[in-house]
Amino acid sequence: MRTTRFSPSRIAIYLLLILFAIIFLIPVYVMLTSSFKTFAEVQDLSKMWSLPSSINLDSFKAAWSGIPEKGLRGLNRNLLNSILLTVPATIISSMLGSMNGYILSKWRFPGANAIFWILLFGMFIPYQSILIPLTQTLAFIGLGGTLWGLILVHVVYGIPITTLIFRNYYAEVPTEMIEAARIDGAGILGTYWYVMFPISLPGFVVVIIWQFTNIWNEFLFAVTTLQKPELQPITVALRNLSGSQIKEWNVVMAGTLIAAVPTLIIYILLGRYFIRGLLAGSVKG
Amino acid sequence: MAQASRERWIAFLMVLPSLILIGIFVYGFIGWTGSVSLSQWDGVLPNYEWAGFENFKELFSLEEGGISARRFRIDLWNTFFFTILFLLVCAVVGLMLAILLDQKVKGEGIFRTVYLFPMALSFVVTGVVWQWIFAPGTANRARGVNALLDIIGLDGLKWKWYTDTGSLGPFHYALIPVIIAASWQMIGYTMAMYLAGLRGIPEELREAARVDGASEVQIYRRIIMPILAPITLSALIVLGHISLKIFDLIFTMTGKGPGFVTDVPGIFMFETTFQGNHYSQGAAISMIMLAMVAVIIIPYLIYSMRRQVEL
Repeated sequence: MRTTRFSPSRIAIYLLLILFAIIFLIPVYVMLTSSFKTFAEVQDLSKMWSLPSSINLDSFKAAWSGIPEKGLRGLNRNLLNSILLTVPATIISSMLGSMNGYILSKWRFPGANAIFWILLFGMFIPYQSILIPLTQTLAFIGLGGTLWGLILVHVVYGIPITTLIFRNYYAEVPTEMIEAARIDGAGILGTYWYVMFPISLPGFVVVIIWQFTNIWNEFLFAVTTLQKPELQPITVALRNLSGSQIKEWNVVMAGTLIAAVPTLIIYILLGRYFIRGLLAGSVKG
Repeated sequence: MAQASRERWIAFLMVLPSLILIGIFVYGFIGWTGSVSLSQWDGVLPNYEWAGFENFKELFSLEEGGISARRFRIDLWNTFFFTILFLLVCAVVGLMLAILLDQKVKGEGIFRTVYLFPMALSFVVTGVVWQWIFAPGTANRARGVNALLDIIGLDGLKWKWYTDTGSLGPFHYALIPVIIAASWQMIGYTMAMYLAGLRGIPEELREAARVDGASEVQIYRRIIMPILAPITLSALIVLGHISLKIFDLIFTMTGKGPGFVTDVPGIFMFETTFQGNHYSQGAAISMIMLAMVAVIIIPYLIYSMRRQVEL
């Protein structure tokens, strides 16, 4: 390495990096310290930035199971809803994306390219422009106000991004592998099942993480399709919690942690794949 | 030959379900929303009687003294300033962090993780936390950032943050805290994009320039920045379309704000449609949002498609 270890410019680089790290962590500090405080302590505004005087878990209990006498709903039911919603929607949309990506990268029938771009456009539209027909249609087919309806919504609007990521992933697979399978007599489905699917694990990891995170974090579809509080996923319930009249900020902050922990754990454990999904979102040629 | 054409059909049939779903749920629904925007549907029950462009006129004509037009004008200005500043902060800070991280620093992985983790959070979580941080409190009972400014002795900087109704021309100061929150969440994205770009530049290229006597600053200006230009375009388009349709973050953090200081078309559309039952007006707003996004996305998709065909 050319640069010496402790030159002034190196020190400046580290100072800047650390300064930005501190700024980025301020909200985490606020979430953690507030959620371990009691209601009385969080009410004392002069102590907003100080550490909790003792580790108190009451706000987590309240955020988790609610305080019925204050009309405060717990988030445990909504966390379960988020899981029941996110897991099937993620799996189904990943499978669809994998099949589409395989066909559109390796079986280029006439018009395949056009189909890809037609599908892709769906990922950029503001969903406001389809919300009214969507709620009408879900009600018409009997899925209005149900988790199944929301699962369907996430599967459909997940098709563009999952197809895109898998298409880019399969484009790297040498075509000779496909040809070898065909010489051995495998058809389209056989080739997918015996050749492509077994080597798809990294692609699936990227897509599953991406879809899981997005569906878990989604708000607009959930708030417009699900009115019953006991059916809503955690993002909608958290918003209701923070929008309620009696704002117990320690409970609200504990709620944000409960809502954030599943995706944060995935990010910390599998960040490498998360970043790949992130970069795939900006259409590559 | 018969075999090949049969396989083409199977291939087509395998993508057909997705094509049908997207055909209905994206293109069909957009057309449907378009027809709602031209209708008189203004209540719980659908009413598709023709209204022409009345709903759009109502959003734009200030002469009729409509509150809708005044609100929508503020929304468009807010979206404009929000988008410009949000993109600027994300691009500049993201590029800076990427360049800093590219200097072979120790603990790069930790820094990267810290700058990127907000991307894994929901806009709802971000909105709730920053609402708490920027809650101004009252003059003698400061809260949030104001309390922090008191502590570090910068109490001259205290203000009403997102509840401030002041403005410089059409720019509402209350947008600043919202832009900070949005940038906090998305800077990691531009940083990751730029870092991937920087890592893709072969070391030999820089070495060759050094041999030719170029300084580090010159290397960045003459060699690296031009290579990063297409990345900037992609990142700005992805962030730009997010910003034009933003809803969750602002809805959770501030809502429309006093006098619509933090209102955006996404919030207006949601409130007028699903809380006010003014479906045709909501549809009209959403069609305008779609047009704004399409103006930047369609050229970008065509550009990406051409580039791909050339390869």
